[in-house]
Amino acid sequence: MATPKLSIEDKIFKNLDGSDDWSIKGYQKRGGYDGLKKLLTTNPDVHIAQLKESALRGRGGAGFPTGLKWSFMPKPDGKKPNYLVCNADEGEPGTCKDRDILRYDPHTLVEGMIVGCHCLGAETGYIYVRGEYYDESSRLSQAIDEAYEAGLLGKNILGTGVNVDIHLHLGAGAYICGEETALLESLEGKKGQPRVKPPFPAGFGLYGCPTTINNVETIAQVPPILKKGNDWWCQFGRENNHGTKIFSVSGAVNLPGNFEAPMSITLKELINDYAGGVIGGWENLQAIIPGGSSTPMLSAEDCETAIMDFDGLREFGTGLGTAAVIVMNKDTDLLRVMTRISAFYKHESCGQCTPCREGVGWVFRLMERLSRGEGTLEELDQLYDVTKKIEGKTICAFADGAMWPVQGTLKHFRHLFEEKIKENMKKSA
Amino acid sequence: MTTAKSKATKTKVKIVSPDLGHHATDVGLEFSKETEAKIKRILKRYPEDKAQSAVIPVLRLAQDEFGGWLSTSAMQLTAERLGLPYIRVYEVATFYTMFNLKPVGKYHLQVCTNCSCMIRGSDKIVEAVKDFTGISKNGEMSDDSLFTLTEVECLGACVEAPMMQVNNGYYTKLDKEKTLQILDALKKGEEVETATPTTPMKDGY
Ligand SMILES: Cc1cc2nc3c(=O)[nH]c(=O)nc-3n(C[C@H](O)[C@H](O)[C@H](O)COP(=O)(O)O)c2cc1C
Ligand code: SF4
Ligand code: FES
Repeated sequence: MATPKLSIEDKIFKNLDGSDDWSIKGYQKRGGYDGLKKLLTTNPDVHIAQLKESALRGRGGAGFPTGLKWSFMPKPDGKKPNYLVCNADEGEPGTCKDRDILRYDPHTLVEGMIVGCHCLGAETGYIYVRGEYYDESSRLSQAIDEAYEAGLLGKNILGTGVNVDIHLHLGAGAYICGEETALLESLEGKKGQPRVKPPFPAGFGLYGCPTTINNVETIAQVPPILKKGNDWWCQFGRENNHGTKIFSVSGAVNLPGNFEAPMSITLKELINDYAGGVIGGWENLQAIIPGGSSTPMLSAEDCETAIMDFDGLREFGTGLGTAAVIVMNKDTDLLRVMTRISAFYKHESCGQCTPCREGVGWVFRLMERLSRGEGTLEELDQLYDVTKKIEGKTICAFADGAMWPVQGTLKHFRHLFEEKIKENMKKSA
Repeated sequence: MTTAKSKATKTKVKIVSPDLGHHATDVGLEFSKETEAKIKRILKRYPEDKAQSAVIPVLRLAQDEFGGWLSTSAMQLTAERLGLPYIRVYEVATFYTMFNLKPVGKYHLQVCTNCSCMIRGSDKIVEAVKDFTGISKNGEMSDDSLFTLTEVECLGACVEAPMMQVNNGYYTKLDKEKTLQILDALKKGEEVETATPTTPMKDGY
């Protein structure tokens, strides 16, 4: 059964394709900032209770329930400020949805920051944007200025007594700064190295103060959920996976793009009805990475039935991650692409933990050699063993994310390595 | 901790570590008036005793102001301006990939060669850049100092692959011809519109 496409009314990011005016005028014409005053005069606890019930789960990769996370924040004690920090570091290969929010619909995020700060008792919010998004940040910065001019930021917003200032902070190139505690270190002007947890940011975050960190898309989705209600939100997607979601479809499809669609849509629909189909036709499909480079790939067979939500992809031993769908058809040199992904992780390790610093490089070098057929069949088992030994042994989830794609490759495409190795053996014999 | 305002703006810069690429002409380096005004505004974003938060934005201003890369003196100037030990600035400058620790060409061509771009032909873009500029290896600068080529990680424009970043702007949906056209225009000193034409940030960063 086909999932109906979202109507423009039901889309949260109505200008995701950039065809309309991104400025405050365009946003307000599309209904933006309507009802903001009511949200700011409603008790934060009411909002947080509603978010909990909505089953909104973080859009930054881990899928943690947002309402629950927000309920961990202490009430401001008058001594230390609370902070809301938006994670716009977007660096997971394949992922590019936040970029289009920033440049085409920046006010969805600004409104989300205002409401989020109100809910969390924060008067200051920071938006940490990856350093390369310069034009995108320039747009966002103009949007922030527009909101100040319209009295939607600053002191006593719309006469509600709520005060919110938001600041943009640009990084300088480091994937690891997307990890939330590395991001805080970076925002404090240090090297972006993840902190050991606990303490968690809600207790000890930015400058040692209570802090909540959320992804751009998550924050931007909050005002529409609170305004339109959970009945509206929960009509999309399956239980515990509700809502609308942006999927970034890239690689070997005819019409790559960012698409907002109902959660729990099938992967096949997403590819065929949104992204113009696989180049060369569905039969030409080789494999799909469903949620950014860290998530293990799906075989073509899995792609027939996979459902795009947190629980649906777990059934296939992978995850929704950032919902960045990377399509490889039969013309793609799959082992080369996967080796390139391993090279990425080698380059981006922050170097704090030995298993990650040494292991990720070791895995890359082995991937590189084995994908050329230089090696033995035993080394394929060794490669798998090493990935298992690194997993779960480090300060942050980076190393796990570096190992999963390798495990996925071995699970579905071990035969490609084997063919190359055997070919090589024949040649040398 | 020293506050944001505590340091003089016109600092004579001492040579700290000449083996990091120091140039004699850097001595006496100072920020221009415009940059200084931007730094003042940037510092307002953070609590008064947290000037360290401004390290990245100020280093980026310094990189732009002093030829597209960070000399020892530029880092030293940043440290003094923010009231920080040199080592705090140095370790940040070396951690993040967007800081160039050696000179780069006027146009820094950063071609994404990660997964989505590779699938859609980033090889051809790298090749076109090499052919046009005469650069033979990743990381090198062309003989005329106009171009440096760096193969980079995913730049978050995967649905518009293949793509490259030139200085601060993105050029997306590339093929060989489009890449050559862009390079040719840049060589002639023309402006080439980026994927997201807009007014740059007031504070620079
Ligand atoms: C290595 C690594 C990189 C990450 N990169 C990002 C990122 O670029 N953007 C993001 O929102 N979350 C990223 N995350 C997840 C964050 O740590 C954090 O869970 C998220 O920002 C929380 O927001 P959410 O609950 O709204 O998803 C990353 C995590 C890890 C381990
Ligand atoms: S797992 Fe890797 S990236 Fe994460 S803290 Fe350890 S060394 Fe750094
Ligand atoms: S893979 Fe090239 S921009 Fe993402």
